[in-house]
Amino acid sequence: MNSTIKRASVACLLMFGLLMLNINYLQAVKAEGLREDSRNNRSFFARYQNERGMITAGGETLAKSVDTKDSKFRFARKYFDGPVYAPVVGFFAPESTRGIENAADQYLAGTHPDLFVRRTVDLVTNKPTRGAAIDLTLVPKAQKVAYDDLRRSGKRGAVVALEPETGAILAMASAPSYDPNTMAAPDKAKAARAYNKLDANDNHPLRNRAIDETYAPGSTFKVVTSAAYLSDDDSRDENTSVDAPDSLPLPGTNISLPNYHGESCGGRATLLDALTISCNTAFANMALDMGYDRLAEQATKFGMGQELSIPLKVVPSNIGKDEGKAALAMTAIGQRDNQITPLQMAMVAAGVANQGKVMRPYLINKIVGPENDEISTARPKELDEAVSPEVAGELRNMMINVVQNGTGKAAQLPGMQVAGKTGTAETAKGAASHAWFIAFAPADAPKVAVAVFVESGSAGTDATGGAVAAPIAHDVMQAVLAK
Amino acid sequence: MTTADVAEAVPMTAKRRGAQLAMLAFAVAIVMAAYAGVGLGINDQVPAGMLGYGLGLGGLMLAAYLVLARFAPWADPLLLPLVTLVNGIGLVMIYRLEQAEMKGASASNQLFWTAVGVVVFSATLILLRDHRALQRMTYTAGFVGLGLLILPLVPFLGKEINGARIWVGVGGFSIQPGEFAKLALVVFFAGYLVAKRDVLALAGRRLLLIDLPRARDLGPVLITWAVSVGVLVLEKDLGTSLLLFGAFIAMIYIATQRTSWVLIGILLFVGGAFLAGQLFSHVEARFDVWLHPENNELYNRTYGGSYQLLQGLFGMGSGGILGTGLGQGHPDLIPLSFSDFIFAATGEELGLTGLMALLMVYALIVERGLRTAVAARDPFSKLLAGGLSFILAWQVFIIVGGVTNLIPLTGLVTPFMSQGGSALLSNWMLIALLVRMSDAARRPPPQAIQDEGLTQVFQR
Repeated sequence: MNSTIKRASVACLLMFGLLMLNINYLQAVKAEGLREDSRNNRSFFARYQNERGMITAGGETLAKSVDTKDSKFRFARKYFDGPVYAPVVGFFAPESTRGIENAADQYLAGTHPDLFVRRTVDLVTNKPTRGAAIDLTLVPKAQKVAYDDLRRSGKRGAVVALEPETGAILAMASAPSYDPNTMAAPDKAKAARAYNKLDANDNHPLRNRAIDETYAPGSTFKVVTSAAYLSDDDSRDENTSVDAPDSLPLPGTNISLPNYHGESCGGRATLLDALTISCNTAFANMALDMGYDRLAEQATKFGMGQELSIPLKVVPSNIGKDEGKAALAMTAIGQRDNQITPLQMAMVAAGVANQGKVMRPYLINKIVGPENDEISTARPKELDEAVSPEVAGELRNMMINVVQNGTGKAAQLPGMQVAGKTGTAETAKGAASHAWFIAFAPADAPKVAVAVFVESGSAGTDATGGAVAAPIAHDVMQAVLAK
Repeated sequence: MTTADVAEAVPMTAKRRGAQLAMLAFAVAIVMAAYAGVGLGINDQVPAGMLGYGLGLGGLMLAAYLVLARFAPWADPLLLPLVTLVNGIGLVMIYRLEQAEMKGASASNQLFWTAVGVVVFSATLILLRDHRALQRMTYTAGFVGLGLLILPLVPFLGKEINGARIWVGVGGFSIQPGEFAKLALVVFFAGYLVAKRDVLALAGRRLLLIDLPRARDLGPVLITWAVSVGVLVLEKDLGTSLLLFGAFIAMIYIATQRTSWVLIGILLFVGGAFLAGQLFSHVEARFDVWLHPENNELYNRTYGGSYQLLQGLFGMGSGGILGTGLGQGHPDLIPLSFSDFIFAATGEELGLTGLMALLMVYALIVERGLRTAVAARDPFSKLLAGGLSFILAWQVFIIVGGVTNLIPLTGLVTPFMSQGGSALLSNWMLIALLVRMSDAARRPPPQAIQDEGLTQVFQR
């Protein structure tokens, strides 16, 4: 019988060999796919296994991970002043991330290559991996003022404040907003319900209006048109006068472009006056004089058309295609296909404030490792020189006049000069307008540049930039300067 | 003539008891380290009960060793340490799942049944001084085996749990008589085949290059087949059905050296499986799951779906090559990970490395058993040892192959690891039989000292 027992042994050997081969296939070859299957909750739990880095701004904690000692969901994410910061900070949900939580995920989770040495040390010393903290450039007081001003009267809109010299984003508020805590619960179904509810809301609270959406900038765009016109010819200055009829027949059409509310600019106006009283026909004439290419080039120099990463993705602004003179006249006053983000308009104000140099906007001030070791600090970078210092000076004088004598009086601050420009953009025939205001202060040594945008219909049917947007800009600039 | 010459003339097997004790201590040490690992993995603390568990297991195995040393001194030195290791790792995994507050997992229960298992092991060694006594009980064993097999079908006595009617409720306990039937039937097969092997091996005619047995000799094969199919149909227990039929075919082959039996067996089995697949939805569902475990529709099916299998595969995949470490994975996500799916749970935390080692230990146990079969001196012992070793290997293959989706999943316990008293007791009994037979096989034969004339001296 020994020969058959030996053959049976070979059969046993084969069975064990097959089992071994199969587990090698499963755990070495196929492991990756099994691990990452969406039905495998282990990767879901792994999201909560390590202490995620904090998100801070100006000494305040905006988001942090709290140890719950739970075996499945060890660290819970908590947000403070959620709605105020949500458009920037975003959220850390079971299956997705957004905002800074998304853009800086590798640092926050501790998986970034920059943290490799740290992780290795932790591995050797048997310490759990911890994420790095992200410190934002936001100024909490200004951010709160911006959000509260928008929210108070149920407005929809956005506020962006920049430091002209560096491009640091001092405030970026968007309303309506949401509480990220509702989506931070480690419960896929609950988080998905909260998300879907927000997503279905007609007011789109999940969108950061400052960077996710573009809007017709209205008269604030006249600063760009002025910049192009002044740069086009060195002999021009604020006192150069241009044709400013009460109504401008649009070439190639049988309609005419009127001034706002049919007001008169007196037939001819200096650049200074034209901007102060926001004379539509004067700027339409300037653009028709320069041509589309010149205006588009100027817009590009302010940063339009670029895909910026701050590190949140910014939707590129666009003044529209070259579609003839009638279209160009409308583009020059910020109408028609001219679509700009509030951040981009803040960059226009900041560029003028910074002697023509537009700085690359950024949100992350510094990244601090888990042992309080600084991993990186923001280094301001120039994006482009939009205008020469001389032209910037002329523009500043014109914008000062707007706040002192023109449509932007609501933005005046005590003890200093403020430069600004209002905008009231028509969205559709008969519909309420978007209200805009861009400004910087103090005008002689700018510390802050802002853009305020209030969406059409959210602040009454007769909303204007001067009445609705300028007071918000006033409060935000004051909050930054009082820092 | 000196004694050295005598030793040279007849090679003596060594008892190797010192080595056995050292190996046993090593196995207990590994298990204790694993206990500590679970605690450290879960909350950075060595579990408070570790010393109790360790000393308990150590004490039990020391007792088993002492019984073995006294009543089967020539037994194979590796069997007990290897079984101790697998039993211990199973205990640790169940303890770990209990810590994760998994419903149903109870390490203290399993430790209790391990203790009873060791008592049964010792009792078998003490009471069964000569295993050939079993040969005299061939038909008794056959009837007992059959009786145990159909016991769960008795109304009011049998219980259906998780879709299979393989349980019998006695008092507060549930026992799986099929586990004991397995042993009784192997004893029966061995006794029966030894008696009938000549007729099964020789009679028949040659057809198409194959030696076919006579039609009337097909009787026992057909009866076993019918019983297996009966178990499959009436108790919905695919695992036991496959286990018994496979073991019988292997043993008939070992006894008769006839390949035609294996072919007939495979044909009968494939036919039966195909028929069952056509007739019964639960068999067909197993095949669907085997072929497409990733299918979302099967995954979401509440009964007979692939949820459990896929969760087990997820666990093993997440464990990868080195595993998450004890206490650091999520094996509690796998349904029944303390019983049928304990192999997948172990794979998640100990990784490919741990599973390869575990399979190696199982393979070694089987190898020691088969070695005993080769060394045994009479046909009954050879067949019994070979059958018991094969059924152990076959059971590991069926359940581990099922859990790892190598073959369709059929419910069976992983020997010595899965939680459950019946399986633990019957497997400890199986090991006791192997130990008893290896003792008989390795014991040096009585030596006639020829210089002393006709006097015979027996050596103990």
